[in-house]
Amino acid sequence: MNTLAQQQSPLGDTSPVVNISVFAGLILLTLLIAYRASSSGNTSDYFAAGGTFSGAQNGVALSGDFLSAASFLGIAGAIAVHGYDGFLYSIGFLVAWLVNLLLVAERLRNTGRFTMGDVLSFRMRRRPVRAAAAVSTLFITIAYMVAQMAGAGDLVALLLDIRSGTGQALVIAVVGVVMVFYVLIGGMKGTTWVQILKAVMLLLSVALITLFLLGKFGFNFSSLMQRAAENNPLGERLFAPGAQYGESALTKLDFVSLSMALVLGVAGLPHVLMRFYTVPNSREARRSVVWATWLMSLFYLCTLVIGFGAAALVGTETINNAPGGENSAAPLLAYEIGGTVLLGVISAVAFATILAVVAGLTLTASASFAHDFYANVIRGGKADPASEVRVARITAMVIGVAAILGGILVNGQNIAFLVGLAFAIAASANLSTLVFTLFWKRFNTSGTLWGMYGGLGSCLLLMLFSPVFSGSADSVFPSVDFSFFPLSNPGLVSIPMSFLCGVIGTLVRPRSADPEDFDAMKVRSLTGIGSRDVVY
Amino acid sequence: MSNTTPPPLRARHGERSEKTHASFGGIEKSAARGGKTGPDFAGIAGSAEFGELRSRLKRFVLPMTVLFLALYLGYVLLAAYAPDFMAEPVFGNINVGLLFGVGQFVSTLLITTLYVKFAERRVDPEVDKLRETAGGGQP
Repeated sequence: MNTLAQQQSPLGDTSPVVNISVFAGLILLTLLIAYRASSSGNTSDYFAAGGTFSGAQNGVALSGDFLSAASFLGIAGAIAVHGYDGFLYSIGFLVAWLVNLLLVAERLRNTGRFTMGDVLSFRMRRRPVRAAAAVSTLFITIAYMVAQMAGAGDLVALLLDIRSGTGQALVIAVVGVVMVFYVLIGGMKGTTWVQILKAVMLLLSVALITLFLLGKFGFNFSSLMQRAAENNPLGERLFAPGAQYGESALTKLDFVSLSMALVLGVAGLPHVLMRFYTVPNSREARRSVVWATWLMSLFYLCTLVIGFGAAALVGTETINNAPGGENSAAPLLAYEIGGTVLLGVISAVAFATILAVVAGLTLTASASFAHDFYANVIRGGKADPASEVRVARITAMVIGVAAILGGILVNGQNIAFLVGLAFAIAASANLSTLVFTLFWKRFNTSGTLWGMYGGLGSCLLLMLFSPVFSGSADSVFPSVDFSFFPLSNPGLVSIPMSFLCGVIGTLVRPRSADPEDFDAMKVRSLTGIGSRDVVY
Repeated sequence: MSNTTPPPLRARHGERSEKTHASFGGIEKSAARGGKTGPDFAGIAGSAEFGELRSRLKRFVLPMTVLFLALYLGYVLLAAYAPDFMAEPVFGNINVGLLFGVGQFVSTLLITTLYVKFAERRVDPEVDKLRETAGGGQP
């Protein structure tokens, strides 16, 4: 990713000791506070806590879950380097929440109790559907975590000024191990509080940096943009779409594909969906989406300023040559305006972001696997608790290792782009089945399995045979070429594919849906009648 | 919200005493299946009130979903295939694309607000009524 020319460190001559101590101090403080907060509160159940979190708290936690490294480091970097095209991520990420608000959140809260599998298997044969839900959760989680691991590696590499590929791989591995270790020791206890704490810190920091930047340019965004264009080889092309995706008909199509994945993926992300169960009822679920939407609107508007600000003050060339590349834009900007201390603070916030997201993801996936797959499918619901916990722990480790390896392989890619792939998997595997099961009476078990495996399978296959994996200079395996699918994000094909598979699968076995079960789901999803733990 | 008069079917928390097993990250046992022994779902589903509520919700949610997806798709297509139009400056360096992008923020927040208003005014009271009628059927 970097040119071989050994540049001077973008952080000047300051020794990394100061960065690292501010950084480490803040991380420790965050964890300590989160730990204390969580042990003074009700720590009994996390997911089934139904009732302990208010809509506002959950909204903040939701935005915390969602504003991962991709949103902060990835989008800011993409805007700093590619200009307007980076902004397009923000818009997809934000508009996507309307799918949750209008179609999914409240119905999910009313129907299920704990995992996405609850809702999907509600009126279907439970074992195969739970198995499918666990499998898709696993894949989405790993893809999402790969991006987070890469981000964490980039961040620490920047702080320590590590440039060699091996060194960065080592950093990713160490950071990944620390994170998985934290999950295993700390468990879910406190993750929501880390999430809330980190969301507040993140929002405050981006708001302050934004204010500072705007103030510096006399609250004239236009002149900030002007300066950004002067420091970016793209010049004024920075202001309009097309710098990154406008090269050819194919890249334009790729962009449309990515946009579809972004807008349809959120409603299929298991760790986001699970958040809707931490509130007492569907109205609080609605309220938490509203909170999250407002907070994220502010955040994404700030990242626009921060992205252009990074181009203006740091300069695109410096960003591209820094360890971590594009993903370093925001920390470098922090260094530029606030020196080592602010760099430490911003890096700590970004790291806490990643830590919290990784913790949430690992637990979602390992729980879903242990509970949906091991206990319900393999053991037919008769697993002894100790073995279920053991399976969950082993799963957490396996996921961690897979994510670390993936993170090393994709090192240097923009994190927002990588998360776009996770969104494509989520949209392909889960959205069609979720929508069908909630709204289509005839939808049945066969349709569910077809939809999930069809969407997941086509998405993963197309990804494997796309330029992401082979055939181009920045592929995972640049030296070989087995790509035949030209789009780097498969959403445009695999999402319709999953809907189509869902329809075909349903029609293959007509009359197997139970109308009574659909009535139950209809009533329950709308009113919450019959769900035991809905509290008004 | 709506904690003025608590409906008769308050969920009884912590009542499930079978919660004996250890858990990982505090994850609990399986979701309760919307039992066939529970409330009279078919009856409620067939009732005029429920039908009216469902179609009222549909009349709002469906057009809104189509609207925001169309707005988004329109924006994406403009960004991909009409970059010159998007690059048209409006004032200073602020161009059409930037305004449209911020417009997506505005429309998202607007639809969110409209939906919340609609749900609080036209849906929640009806749901409360239905829950009250169904009250006895709580498992």
